[in-house]
Formats: sequence, structure tokens, C-alpha cells
Amino acid sequence: MSNRRNFLIKSASALAVTFVLPSIMSNKSYAKKPLAAKVTDKQSWGMHVDTSKCIDGCTACVDACNEENGLSGFGRPETDSQWIRKVKIKEKTTDKITTMPLMCQHCENPPCCDVCPTGASFKRIDGIVMVNQHTCIGCRYCMMACPFKARSFVHETLTKQNTNAPRGKGCVESCNLCVNRIDHGSKTTACEDACNKLGHSAITFGDLKDQSSKVVTAIKNHNPRRLRNDLNLQQKVFYSNI
Amino acid sequence: MSDYGLDKLKASRFLYWGIFLSLGFLILIGLASSAYMEHEGHYVTGMNNQIVWGLPHVFAVTLIVIASGVLNIASMSSAFNQKLYKPLAPLSALFAIAFLIAGLIVLVLDLGRPERLIVAMTTYNFKSIFAWNIFLYSGFFVILAIYLWTMLDFNVNKYSSTMGKLAFGWRIILTTGTGSIFGFLVAREAYATAVLAPLFIVMSLLYGTAVFYLLLRVISKLQNIPISDEITLSLRRLLIIFLVANIYFLVLYHITNIYISKHVAVELFILFNGGGYTTMFWIGQVGFGLFIPLVYEMTNNKNMRNLPLTLSSLMIVIGGFFAVAVIIIGGQAFQLNIFPDHIILESSFYDNQIHSYVPSIFEFGLGIGGTALGLIIILIMITNLKFIPYKK
Repeated sequence: MSNRRNFLIKSASALAVTFVLPSIMSNKSYAKKPLAAKVTDKQSWGMHVDTSKCIDGCTACVDACNEENGLSGFGRPETDSQWIRKVKIKEKTTDKITTMPLMCQHCENPPCCDVCPTGASFKRIDGIVMVNQHTCIGCRYCMMACPFKARSFVHETLTKQNTNAPRGKGCVESCNLCVNRIDHGSKTTACEDACNKLGHSAITFGDLKDQSSKVVTAIKNHNPRRLRNDLNLQQKVFYSNI
Repeated sequence: MSDYGLDKLKASRFLYWGIFLSLGFLILIGLASSAYMEHEGHYVTGMNNQIVWGLPHVFAVTLIVIASGVLNIASMSSAFNQKLYKPLAPLSALFAIAFLIAGLIVLVLDLGRPERLIVAMTTYNFKSIFAWNIFLYSGFFVILAIYLWTMLDFNVNKYSSTMGKLAFGWRIILTTGTGSIFGFLVAREAYATAVLAPLFIVMSLLYGTAVFYLLLRVISKLQNIPISDEITLSLRRLLIIFLVANIYFLVLYHITNIYISKHVAVELFILFNGGGYTTMFWIGQVGFGLFIPLVYEMTNNKNMRNLPLTLSSLMIVIGGFFAVAVIIIGGQAFQLNIFPDHIILESSFYDNQIHSYVPSIFEFGLGIGGTALGLIIILIMITNLKFIPYKK
């Protein structure tokens, strides 16, 4: 009897030393804000894209997103996940050409969340639209409903995933405004960082409820528009100079 | 005292086991296909991030639409008091259960995470028509089971008429729900119209009646009992009415879309320049599925009713499959209109082109396996329980 007790105590201690202690003692730089902090509606995260600063041929935002979220792909573009993509468009009457990043538009009235049978597609109280990877059944109805084709279905087995971006075969995924960074206290997304690093500064992320934030200033200065405004989805991603 | 009785299937053992093993083999192919797709991931199918619903969904929706439609015969008896169909009502309800199971199994086995079915059964988002459909399908199953019980057990037979009426009402709502899966998709020009709900209802009436007649023909051959002229003539009349109703709602659906300016491009795609989808629409859905059977039925020689009606029913079912394929796959193949004022020049996500879809053999295997499951349920049930009517 005591042998078994000793064995259990020793096993539990070994597990604690191996797994629990390192995480307590860890001093990772992004862990400024405790994850236990509740998400509130004091913020409403959004983004502004100044397309006049977006450079044709530059894929820094896409590359950064892929790295941040471990979207390495399998060399099969039709089935590989794309959380953000670059598109080049031409205005029908003026022939004006614009390049821009396109990703989940984080709608206030998201059709993906409306149609999801299990509620796995959900909008957080701070406006971020994302997928609960534990309750997504992989029906892809949200992909049928999204007007921006912003979502991808994981078509094959994933290995070597990034711990900050859990993903799973058979589930749907999309841009979540780098929610893991935001919840750890970061004020920027990977795509914004990458764009700024190259000096383009086309992407501005921030709190739409903070009147002094960079994103609100950018929106005030540029008079941007939402894509497919006719659908009245009230997206939180704004584009100017289209 | 009624003038008919019900009997079990009395096919020869050789024939029974031949059919049973053939269907069993197809079910194994379906299971193997599903297991392979789930293990490898959906990249082995023709589906991708552009065409997210493919051949399995065409099979599943067709089977579910048929499930609702085959109940038509029982509804004629209990809801509309047509005595002619009363002996066939239990068979009709059995077919409905079998095709419902078949359609749902295909749908579930194509999910990215089929093992999470329990999540879908326990966690609901009531704003989703999909979640409503889970209730509608499971409710339909329960109602049909009770309805069958009231028809087959003399002690509770007095409730069969009430259950029949309930089943009739439920199936109308159920098919409305199936049509609304597409009708509620505002982002896709091919779908966003409520006309899809009644269109799906008339489709179910047509395909269900055709499938019922085909199965009745097979059973009458196996049992060596002829189908009465009265039944044949009545089913033929029903098919003609449903064909006309189907054409009416199909025309209404397309005219509605043509009238809405932002839907014109996708209409032109389906009707004129959609390549394979246009061919499937005109030759499969309209030609095979509607006009040829209609003209054939209205002009054929009444002395050889059974063969033309069988041919027409076959064409209707094949045409129906194409109709669902055109709606589901054709509707997705046309690219989303993300920038109404712009032309998309470049995109790594195929935003600027018609999306391609080539179904894989595994998707076909899953669909065929599911269909075989429905048929084997019917075979087992009519062999072991008394479903087949005979004249006393």
C-alpha cells in the first residue's frame, strides 16, 4: 500500500518539476498581461489599410502571418490555408489599380457566426471573430457564408504547429487579429509589424473605441470604406484609397 | 375488414443474398472511402477552399430531399385521405426513414470532424438554419418511427391518421429548412433568395414520387405481384403535376435572379457560359430531369404504362441529381463578388477565376455507400417485417 502511495507521490512530483515549474518560472517577453484577465467590451479591435501605401508585389504581411501562425502549407495552393492574401484590383470606370491585403473583416454582424450550427464561429466581446477549434465540426457552412472568402479549411494533418496558434485538421480557421498576442498585452498584429518594418505602414491596428488610437486617427484622416458595404455587416477592417 | 393484407418479401434466398451482398459491398466501399478521406484529410478529395461542398453534399442533399418526398405516398393516404394509397403508406414511411439515414450518414461522414457529431447534437446556435435542421431531421426520424408503429400495430392504429398529418407538416418544414441552407446565404448570388425553399419542396415531391415508383417496381418484380393499373395511373398523374410545378418554380427562381441586377452575372454563368455547369443544367436538370419525362409521359402509349413510367422516373432521379449538383457546386464555382466596382487582376486565392472542381473517386464511393445503406435498410426491413401489400 505504502509502495503505491510513494510511487504516486514521486510520479506527481516528477510531473510537476517537468511541466509546471518551467511554465511558472518562464519569463517570456510577451507574457506581460495575465491570460486570466477577462476580455471586455472596453476595447473594439479593428484595422485600417491605406492601400496607397501597399506596395505591389510585397508580401511581407502574408509572410509574417504565415510565420506567426505556422501556416507553412503543403505546396497545394487550392487546399492550403491562407489567413491573409494580397489582391490586385482595377476600378471599372477609372482603371485605377490598387493592391491590398484581404483577410477576415471581423464583421460586427458576421454571417459565419450566424450560420455555424455549434457556435464554434464566434465573435468576442472585443470584436474579434474567430473559431473555437474544440467545437468546430468541420461542416464548412461558415466558408459558404463568408462574403470575403476569408476562411480556410485545414485539409491535411498538421505537424510542428506553433504553440501560440493551435490549429487542427478538419477544422476551419481564419485571421483572428493575432488574438494570442493581443491577449498577452501586445498592441500590434504580425502583419502590421511586418508592414511597418519595411517602412510601408499601410496597416494600422488598434482599438476603435479609443479616440486617440492610431487606428481611429487613420480612419478620421482618410475617410475609408468597408468592402461590400451593401451587406451592412459593419466590418472592423477599413480600406482607404481604393 | 380491409381488402388487403401486408406480407414480408418472399424473394428467393439466392436473389436476397445477391442483393444484400452487393449492397453490403457498396457500403464497405463507402466506409473505406470515408475512412481514407478522414485519415488523409480532405486534400485527397476534389473539394478545396474554393469549392467547399462537393459530391458528398450533392448525394446527401439529394437523399434527404428524396426522404422527404417518398413520404408523399403516405401523406396522400393519411393527410389527404386517398384510400388508394393506404396499403402503400407503411412502405412510404419506411423509405423515408431509410433515405433520411442514408443522406445524414453521407453528410456526417464528410464532416472535417465526424467524431464531433456529439458536439453538434449537444451544442446549438439557434440562429443557424443548420442547427435547426439537426432538430428537423432527428424530429422527422422520431415522427416517422412512431407513424410506422401506428400503421403496423393494430392496437395503436387509430392514431395513424394524426401521425400522418404531423409527418406531412413536418416534412414540409424540413424541406423548407433544407432549401433555406442555401436561401439564407446572402453572400452568394446564386443562392440568396427565399424561392429556393419552395423549389426544394417541389423537387422533393417529384424525386420522392419517382424513387417510390422505381422501388415499388423492383419490389413488385421480386414479390411477383403486379402493380395495379390504378396505382400506376395515379402515380403517373402525380408525376406530371410535380413536373409542371417543378418547371414553374425553376423558371421563377431563375427569373427572380435575372431580375436582381447583382445576380445577373451568376445567372448568365449557369444558363449560358458556365461550361460543364451549363451543360448539366440544360441537358441534365432541364432536359433529362424535367422536359423529356414530361413530354414522354403526356404522349406515351397507355397500353405499356409501366415501362415508360419507369424510364421517366429514372430520368427524373438522374436529372434531380444534376439539379442538386448545379445548385450546390455551380453556385460555388462562380467567384464571390468581393469588389463590385472592380475587376480582380491578381489573387493567390483564386478570387479572379471560376473555381475548379473535379470530384474524387472517394467522394463518389462515400455517396454510393450511403445510398446503398438506405437500400439495405429497406431490404432488411421488408424481408423481416410485413410491409408489402397484397389483395386478399
